[in-house]
Amino acid sequence: MHKFIQRTTMRTLTAMLLVLVVALLASPTALAEEGGGYPEANINVHDQASLQRGARLFMNYCVGCHSLKYMRYSQMAEGLGLTEKQVMDNLNFTGAKFGEPIVSAMPEADAEKWFGKVPPDLSLEVGAKGADWVSAYLKAFYLDPATNSGWNNTVFPNVAMPFPLWQLQGEQVAVMNPAEGGNPATLKELKLAHPGSLTPEQYDQAVRDLTAFLAWVSTPDELARSHMGAWVVLYLVLFTLFALVLKKEYWKDVH
Amino acid sequence: MRALMQWFEERAPGAGAAYKKHMTEYYAPKNFNVMYYFGSLALLVLVNQIVTGIFLTMFYTPTAAGAFDSVQYIMRDVHWGWLVRYMHVTGASMFFIVVYLHMFRGLMYGSYKKPRELVWLLGMFIFLALMAEAFMGYVLPWGNMSFWGAKVIITLFSAVPVIGGQLVDWIMGSFVPSDPTLNRFFALHVVALPLVLLLLVVLHIGALHEVGSNNPDGVEIKKHKGPNGHPLDGIPFHPYYTLKDLVGVGVFLVICAIIIFFEPTVGGFFLEHDNSIPANDLVTPATIKPVWYFSPFYAILRMIPSKGFGVLAMALSIIALFLVPWLDRGKVKSIRYRGVGYKVALTVFAIVFVLLAAIGADLTPGWIVSIFGPNADITTIENLFGRILVVLYFAFFVFLWAYTFFGWEKTKPVPERVTTHA
Repeated sequence: MHKFIQRTTMRTLTAMLLVLVVALLASPTALAEEGGGYPEANINVHDQASLQRGARLFMNYCVGCHSLKYMRYSQMAEGLGLTEKQVMDNLNFTGAKFGEPIVSAMPEADAEKWFGKVPPDLSLEVGAKGADWVSAYLKAFYLDPATNSGWNNTVFPNVAMPFPLWQLQGEQVAVMNPAEGGNPATLKELKLAHPGSLTPEQYDQAVRDLTAFLAWVSTPDELARSHMGAWVVLYLVLFTLFALVLKKEYWKDVH
Repeated sequence: MRALMQWFEERAPGAGAAYKKHMTEYYAPKNFNVMYYFGSLALLVLVNQIVTGIFLTMFYTPTAAGAFDSVQYIMRDVHWGWLVRYMHVTGASMFFIVVYLHMFRGLMYGSYKKPRELVWLLGMFIFLALMAEAFMGYVLPWGNMSFWGAKVIITLFSAVPVIGGQLVDWIMGSFVPSDPTLNRFFALHVVALPLVLLLLVVLHIGALHEVGSNNPDGVEIKKHKGPNGHPLDGIPFHPYYTLKDLVGVGVFLVICAIIIFFEPTVGGFFLEHDNSIPANDLVTPATIKPVWYFSPFYAILRMIPSKGFGVLAMALSIIALFLVPWLDRGKVKSIRYRGVGYKVALTVFAIVFVLLAAIGADLTPGWIVSIFGPNADITTIENLFGRILVVLYFAFFVFLWAYTFFGWEKTKPVPERVTTHA
């Protein structure tokens, strides 16, 4: 009885510690998955067609100003399941060689003059800000005559970039709550004033594709990793089982 | 083959004896439980860090201009570079997980008590060297959190009276973290500290093998020897514990593989989001915080409203651990036979340590909002809660001394022989 109580105390103690450690490890993951309060980007980097559409959007609307300096055209072809010819004919507008990185042709000095700052490289944008942020940001532009570019953004207030996808999404305007009791007017919602060439559903899909592409560019290793990961884990589980059988065999004579 | 063995034996007569002493004739208690896996796992991680580190060194550029690019080069262009880097990064965090559990095991079963004080002291020096090694390694990728983390941690030395300011400049080799800082951290991280760590590990294991391993019952197995001169409750380390540890290694590697292949950033915990941005002395990250494994000590620093005393308290929180063998006057080693007070105190201490880690890792604002609502005064609640935790952290050591010094502890009789085995 005595021993039983001791053993139970020990188990409770160990169990409590394990629960705490697991909780500590799990809570930041949970926080990160919430993505800082932005709606979920709902992307799938394993959907190759989505990545290909995202790459096309990037090369048509983004690469004019933003580079992906850590990604080569050849690596993009391999990762997205495209041939060299397909990439060089349809996705390379800068005249770079196949093995060269995706670098914007815009001179930095001009960018500085036009936008007030050099547009950042986007190779690691999803790694730094999260896919949910990128997706929310691309949906949050609205017309604002008070800014230099005429555009503003609820996710990134007073952003220097004018909205490059306005022909697709259309033009949103801010609907404000009326100012009351000395408090300044607050933003109520964004309303689509002039529809673009895409319906809202099509635009959501376009943002998903573009975000998925940028997520893949940020960690291109993810595809290879998740493909081989299951096999590695399976191998290690089998290894552990064999080790356990061997250990039990040797420990038979320990009493 | 036998001729070759004999040739070797004649020229190195000590090698076989050393192998026997430390492996086939090192008698370890037969009742080790799950808490006894973490020593060998720490050794495994050390080997992993050295091997993966060698490969990373082949491709890494230790300059402020080239470091960040070279890490991306490793991740994208070097064959299997991503795997090697994730193994190194995951290894760093797992090192601290197994070392913290290993230290907790020591506190549970009194493995620091006579005659093992030296084993504990050497272990604490390993922990200290490991913290320095991890901090400098964290700076090398030269991301924005590397930069600001380095700046904040190095600036702590300005709390040293009189020479503080000059000391900071001397450590950095500059007035902000820059090329000289990166170069010296690289040298220390890949050459100096690994040598120190290896030496300390050899001494730690050597000291352990002089006095023999403790066990979950805290019984000295050398007291009862059989006619062959070997402890009755002991079994040879090899093959018994090499095989048992191999099972632990298997389980550990499964956990590591799941992290490496499916979630290598562990939600920004093992690899922080702000380190996807290159070092930039003009852009401060929203919250500067060290990696999770320093967060309990960082929380102690943050919760004290004075830089000087904060740094002092942080230093004391680690020094206190060094002193445990002399603070604890109790003769009974294992928590199984110690007084209720010790069981409660150690449990509270473990919980306090984890909660301090949560504060240092900046998880508490989210928790406070979800408990007290969106209008809660986060700073006040966090400070109150955190300072209670800091007091409880140090209270453990004071209690440990008073409880055993004044003889308040009511221990249970310790058995002559070990009671359970795996």
